[in-house]
Amino acid sequence: MNVLLPLFIGAPLGCGFVIYLAFRNRDDKADWIANVCMMYLAAASLWSIKSLSAYGVLTYRMGGYAAPVGINLVLDGFSLLLLIIINVAGFLAAIYSVNYMERFTAKAKYYVMFLLMVAGMNGVVLTGDLFNLYVFLEIASISSYVLVGFGCEREQFEASFKYMVLGIVASAFILVGISLMYAATGVLSMVHLSDIAAQGNVSGCFMLAGAFFLMGFGLKAALVPFHAWLPDAHPSAPAPISAMLSGVLIKAIGIYCILRIFFNMFAMTPMVPFIFMMLGTASMVVGALLATGQWDYKRLLAYSSISQMGYVMLGAGVGARVIASGGPAHVATLAVLGALFHLINHAGFKSLLFLTSGAVEFSTGTRDLRKMEGVSQRMPVTAAAATAGSLAISGVPPFSGFWSKLFIVVACLQAGYNFLAFIAIGVSIVTLAYFLKVQKYAFFGGRKEGFEKIKEVPGLMCFPMIVLAVMCLAMGLLAVSPLREAILEPAVKVLTKQM
Amino acid sequence: MIIYLLCFVLFGIGLHAVVNKKNLIKIVVGVAIMEYSMNLLLVLIGYRMGGVAPIIDRETVAGEFVRLSVDPLPQAMVLTSIVIGLGVISLMVSVCIRLYEKYGTFDITKIKELRG
Repeated sequence: MNVLLPLFIGAPLGCGFVIYLAFRNRDDKADWIANVCMMYLAAASLWSIKSLSAYGVLTYRMGGYAAPVGINLVLDGFSLLLLIIINVAGFLAAIYSVNYMERFTAKAKYYVMFLLMVAGMNGVVLTGDLFNLYVFLEIASISSYVLVGFGCEREQFEASFKYMVLGIVASAFILVGISLMYAATGVLSMVHLSDIAAQGNVSGCFMLAGAFFLMGFGLKAALVPFHAWLPDAHPSAPAPISAMLSGVLIKAIGIYCILRIFFNMFAMTPMVPFIFMMLGTASMVVGALLATGQWDYKRLLAYSSISQMGYVMLGAGVGARVIASGGPAHVATLAVLGALFHLINHAGFKSLLFLTSGAVEFSTGTRDLRKMEGVSQRMPVTAAAATAGSLAISGVPPFSGFWSKLFIVVACLQAGYNFLAFIAIGVSIVTLAYFLKVQKYAFFGGRKEGFEKIKEVPGLMCFPMIVLAVMCLAMGLLAVSPLREAILEPAVKVLTKQM
Repeated sequence: MIIYLLCFVLFGIGLHAVVNKKNLIKIVVGVAIMEYSMNLLLVLIGYRMGGVAPIIDRETVAGEFVRLSVDPLPQAMVLTSIVIGLGVISLMVSVCIRLYEKYGTFDITKIKELRG
């Protein structure tokens, strides 16, 4: 089974290469290759659940060299969780692109960049080597800079440039952090770094590296003091790419790297979790408050991404704080479980909401909420899907978002952070408020003049939305036993190793 | 030690250019300066005063080689980082050219259709 690991990176890279070489001007062929490739990746990532529970952690040695010398690909529970998010969301976005991308020229080139981005993200979550992580991170980032500017209009270029400048600054900080880690320890393998951290004799160089990592990955994950690029970059991209960026990219190259590095490669001190909790709370509150004032549908969703990532950081921070202070194990487990559960849920409903925004834009040509009243009568599937997504994101039971938020809030209460639990509930209510605004203005309410002729989007665009809407409801089941033990608990175990 | 600090000063100069300059091309130059300072830092980590190139042949004794040679890994990393830097800078410059075509200026204060 572990020989299949390089295919997660190799398959999209190879398919992208073939599309560019042979089918650059053949959009129909490019559709087929990209979708078959993404279908394979989604199936393989789901199949990996089974092999992970059968064989334990899978390792693939690149070129046959063992860990400190060579580069390893490692599939553990946490990588698997992200791998499922990336490839399933990527598959649905690829199907959606078939019809949606018709109105852009150069669809084949779009698929090349799309597959490159997926390859980069798969590499980031699979690699066991710190410098290799940086290389894959740059692959994913550079292709996302291109995709943000793909529309070739004034504002897309502007957003792309802004995103690129901040992304490059973030990458620079990350590379400096990696160099400092190497200077302090002389190894780049994550397993060896975590052994060194566990022994506890870390130098000041190590702590400085930690500060650089927090800055760099915080920028990539758009946590609140570093969030300014996200509301420009994510709405400017084509809708399936917005779904990938907001639903997947900020998790794979932001949150995943922060959690992996600080939970596994640094000895947990009470200081770092405190920063996590501060960043998380600030993201939650500021993101939600800024989202309420937006009238552009996609921009509202982008601000809401910042807010929801705050929940993940809050959960992880509370878990880490309990681990660092030697508190009860079940509280730490619950907090980290809540954070990871919210991570996978957010991938579902935020991808869905961005796809519905694309569908509305596809039919009506506008993203302004005030201009698209009463779309629901003409576009029932889109409206139903958007309703499911809105209910899930604002945490209405029995949708998936409710359960993960409940876990985080309960963990906060059990750890004694009553005030943070109160803020988390308050932000959830604000979330409900601005999604009710979306529902009222965009989908329900009186029908607007001039929209008599709009039609529901084609079947290939409806299919991913229906699948994701069903998942919004069904992913609540991840909290109950057989699915939780297969998917969420291995990931929690990886992060709470230090306990 | 002072040379490491100078490396961070160079990084700071690049960052200053990226954050404070109003001209797109000056921002690109700032990014380039930042990348050079990172490459310099990486090379410095592997550097050893009076060391030899890390190439081993039949006559060298392994222990002697380890004592004398510089660390080859950061050099390999610098090569990778230079290639990534090339890709990033060329992409940035091409976006700058397209921005100039659309707006007719390189001044970033005049390019603001998006609300912050």
